[in-house]
Amino acid sequence: MQMKTLKLTLSALAIAAACSSVAKADGLTITSWGGAYQKSQDEAYFKPYAAKAGVKITQEEYNGEAARIRAMVESGNTTWDAVDVDSATVQQGCDEGFLTPIDFSKFGGKEAFVKGSTNDCGVPTIIYSTIYAYDADKIKDGPKTIADLFDTKKWPGKRALQKSPFGNLEFALMADGVPLDQVYATLKTKEGVDRAFKKLDTIKKDIVWWEAGAQPPQLLASGEVVMATAWNGRIYNANKVDKKNFKIVWDGQLLDWDLWAIPKGVKDIDAVYKFIQFASQPGPQAEQTKYISYGPALLAAAPSVDPAILKDLPTAPENVKLGLANDVIFWGDNKEELLKRFNTWIAQ
Amino acid sequence: MAVTTADGVAGIQPEDKTSLKTKLKRAERINRVRSLSLVAPLLIFILAVFVLPIALMLIRSVQNTEVRSAMPATLAALDGWDGVATPGEPVFAALAQDLVQTQKDRTTGLVGKRINYEVPGARSRFLKAGRMIDAGGTGPWKEKFLANDPEWGSVPFWAIMKRAGQTYTPYYLLTSLDLRQDASGAVMKNFDDQSIFLDIFTRTIWISLLVTLATLVLGYPVAHLLAILPPKHANVLMILVLLPFTTSILVRTTSWIVLLQSNGVLNDILLALHITSERVQLIFNRFGTVLAMTHIQLPFTILPIYSVMKSIPATHVRAARSLGAGPLTAFVSVYMPQTLPGVGAGCLLTFILSLGYYITPALVGGPQDQMVSYFVALYTNREMNWGQASALGAILLLITLALYAVFNRFVGIDKVKLG
Amino acid sequence: MKLPVSASESFVEFAGIQKTYDGEVLVVKDLNLRIRRGEFLTLLGPSGSGKTTTLMMLAGFETPTVGNIMLDGERIDAVPPEKRDIGMVFQNYALFPHMSVAQNVGFPLKVRGVSKAETAQRVARALDMVELGKFATRMPGQLSGGQQQRVALARALVFEPKLVLMDEPLGALDKQLREHMQIEIRHLHERLGITVVYVTHDQSEALTMSDRVAVFNAGIIQQIAPPAELYESPENSFVAQFIGENNRLPGRIESASGTLCTVKLANGSTVAATLTRAAGVGDACLLSVRPERVKIAPAAGAVDNLFEANVAELIYLGDHLRVRCVLDSGAEVVVKVGNAEDRPVLDVGTRIPLGWRAQDCRALDAA
Repeated sequence: MQMKTLKLTLSALAIAAACSSVAKADGLTITSWGGAYQKSQDEAYFKPYAAKAGVKITQEEYNGEAARIRAMVESGNTTWDAVDVDSATVQQGCDEGFLTPIDFSKFGGKEAFVKGSTNDCGVPTIIYSTIYAYDADKIKDGPKTIADLFDTKKWPGKRALQKSPFGNLEFALMADGVPLDQVYATLKTKEGVDRAFKKLDTIKKDIVWWEAGAQPPQLLASGEVVMATAWNGRIYNANKVDKKNFKIVWDGQLLDWDLWAIPKGVKDIDAVYKFIQFASQPGPQAEQTKYISYGPALLAAAPSVDPAILKDLPTAPENVKLGLANDVIFWGDNKEELLKRFNTWIAQ
Repeated sequence: MAVTTADGVAGIQPEDKTSLKTKLKRAERINRVRSLSLVAPLLIFILAVFVLPIALMLIRSVQNTEVRSAMPATLAALDGWDGVATPGEPVFAALAQDLVQTQKDRTTGLVGKRINYEVPGARSRFLKAGRMIDAGGTGPWKEKFLANDPEWGSVPFWAIMKRAGQTYTPYYLLTSLDLRQDASGAVMKNFDDQSIFLDIFTRTIWISLLVTLATLVLGYPVAHLLAILPPKHANVLMILVLLPFTTSILVRTTSWIVLLQSNGVLNDILLALHITSERVQLIFNRFGTVLAMTHIQLPFTILPIYSVMKSIPATHVRAARSLGAGPLTAFVSVYMPQTLPGVGAGCLLTFILSLGYYITPALVGGPQDQMVSYFVALYTNREMNWGQASALGAILLLITLALYAVFNRFVGIDKVKLG
Repeated sequence: MKLPVSASESFVEFAGIQKTYDGEVLVVKDLNLRIRRGEFLTLLGPSGSGKTTTLMMLAGFETPTVGNIMLDGERIDAVPPEKRDIGMVFQNYALFPHMSVAQNVGFPLKVRGVSKAETAQRVARALDMVELGKFATRMPGQLSGGQQQRVALARALVFEPKLVLMDEPLGALDKQLREHMQIEIRHLHERLGITVVYVTHDQSEALTMSDRVAVFNAGIIQQIAPPAELYESPENSFVAQFIGENNRLPGRIESASGTLCTVKLANGSTVAATLTRAAGVGDACLLSVRPERVKIAPAAGAVDNLFEANVAELIYLGDHLRVRCVLDSGAEVVVKVGNAEDRPVLDVGTRIPLGWRAQDCRALDAA
């Protein structure tokens, strides 16, 4: 009963927001991660779809805060029609019921996508990777392996890491000598987690934490840090657009994928499906690779990818063997505790 | 005759009085209604955006509906449980029944998440069980659950499960104070790797104190200057003091980043002047946090002090001098004590506002400089643990109210002038 | 270098003082003033006349631009206020609101390092002197204006200063209380024998209290004299106008003999008047006659100047009657008639003879 009154009051408070959303009821509101990535989506998906289907697309940005989706759903005022989410969030959203289960028959079944990337509540769109990079104009003899990220003797200075346990724990174990295929098995034990945090402890005072994907290239460019973990497309984009000379270290890269998810309670789910269907075709998916170095999650798109960008994709054969793919089940089950432990560790 | 008159007067007077009161009320009613209708919009606004959210926050900090609403059968079955041995088949059968529904509603994860706060690993245990239920099958369930995960047999787990089914929980408030309840309900110190909040509250208060002190030391002379300068110059100075208000906190904070970063202006100057031999870390640490916050808070400390100083007649210091006190004695024993209400108000304002700082420490502080509000945001946006966020907020509110009460007791809030 | 100074000689001396705040306008122009020991001297003048600036220079809160000030035989230009040993009472009392009455009065003793026991004793004595012995523990905010003023007085006197300065101390009080306090301050002065320099813009206050009054205008002392002399023999038309009421008749001095002179008015009639330093033969002048010295229907030979006039207005003021008369020349003369039982019966429009003596009529500057 209290839940009900709470919902009522929450929706009352959301009236103001609702008023503004009435105006765009006939369009679509799509939320993604901002920066160079969202720009590539704009070029490859939003603009063409808006032109073709005559639908007005309103764009919003976020930093992957699942809570914003949940708050929207709980208050009964879902204003985001489609959200670009990472693999851990889609799992969580599915488990906790704030995302809509996807009807994969509209997309030619789960087999149409890279194996293991699909989820009950998300349509895979790109494969990206968390790597680390440095400014080759500033460091001549640059780092080569994931262990070098932790070598503050040879490369003194600050490192920018994402403010999240995701990635950092894997990097720490890989740098500490855990074989690629043993990383998640190790992380499943308490000793393994302890080991990862212990490794992170060795550079804790040298870490600058980033939260938005656009930050790592900026931190590298300003010289505030000597190395930065980043999403590979953002580094590629800084080199291409801002003529930077950042070098990506592919060793220890952590592959992950982004998916289109539909929050519960969207007004016109068919319109949302139509957009996602459009975005899940070989043409637009290949088009996106012209703007950012993320691999298409649609298998059929692979042949149409711009050949010039192939070597910069995390899925390029020589890159993919150096890294590890995100274990969604592991993170789905353990995200809560690791997040809690991570935030406690970071604040201590 | 005289007696009758006296009686008459005594009999009439009370009646007259009451009718006079009614007349007064009637005469004043229109005015009351009118003034009430004037304040009504603001009153409603404050109720809706201030009182209601705070009330909701306070409720959230003890609310505990996840398990209760999703697991009614299990909780009912647990009613008769002795709490000594692993519950029997009826409890597990009820659990299976509840899970069928939660799988359909996709709320298994929510229940798991709630229990996970107190029993690490519980979330995946519930999700695993949910998948088992989806696969179908019939009872008896106890063996099936235990086979799925032996931890389903844990007695402390079930004790916590039962406790988590209550409508209200002290869990979030206890956690905010680095305390926990064990399976039996006894309150004890929380595990080390989860105890951060007392540290954070101490840190928040400490940073706020530093900022308050810094604004006082920097602001007091400025306020004095403002109060004694001729109006022409005082107005210019006042504009300078208020200038920061014309730019947003975000802009001001980011400009500190430009100034203070390793390759920033200040470091360039320090190096060029050979004051330092290498670049100094001025930002993303405590120094940067206190500096940027002090900058933002300065006007809040200065203005109340200034307005009190403005009301102190110049003749007081002159009188003290003529009575034989040197300039310093006159200032310390006559001027300063009179500025105390202003100092109190300015410091209280800055301290209370500092307690709630979020964006500035987030941008220019390091992880060790994040204050309570950062964690409120973290629990709200990232961890989706709104109970914890509310509990932290409730305790922060309590600290603020306590401070206010102390101030009121020793200085008197009625002595405070803000403008 | 203390020079021997006798009591009758100057205790305070302003020598050639000039003061300007902006380097353009002189607020005080060439001030030379000697104050005797034990004297009650009042600086009287309209606002902006330089009287308060003079007081502030003496107190040490303003520095003379030119000239120097001597106190008890010593130059005090470079002495800070707290070392001058001058007690001061301010217009708004300037009591310290965070200290009790006793603490306020004890303040000058405390900063002088007087022992606690002695302080208590002297504070009690000072408060008794102003009849506030029972109020020692009160805060200033709990006292009435008159009581606060007395506390300020006690505070300025408790450390037995050489000199007490008062800057319009009674300005904020109502009329009755002000008059009562005037007498009290006067009595204190007589009892303690202290030297007091008192600033006011209220001429009746100045006349009531002072041994001598210095009348300030436009940064210059116009006249310095005991109250009676100031009233009876003003030396210029400003003083005559500022102190008390007077009738002013413009004219020109025709001739003079001894202390008297003949003044020709605008319509050609002549008036016998007293010659002053303010105007000489041939000068334009302003005749000044006090209203109470004009006699209506005077006895033959009682006045030197006799005119016919019409009664234009009668104002009844209880103890006296103001009669506004218009002379044939068109000049107006106000006459004060005491409300005695034998006062003449007057009506508006009646024609009456009036006149005054030559010594009651001063030929002053025409400024």
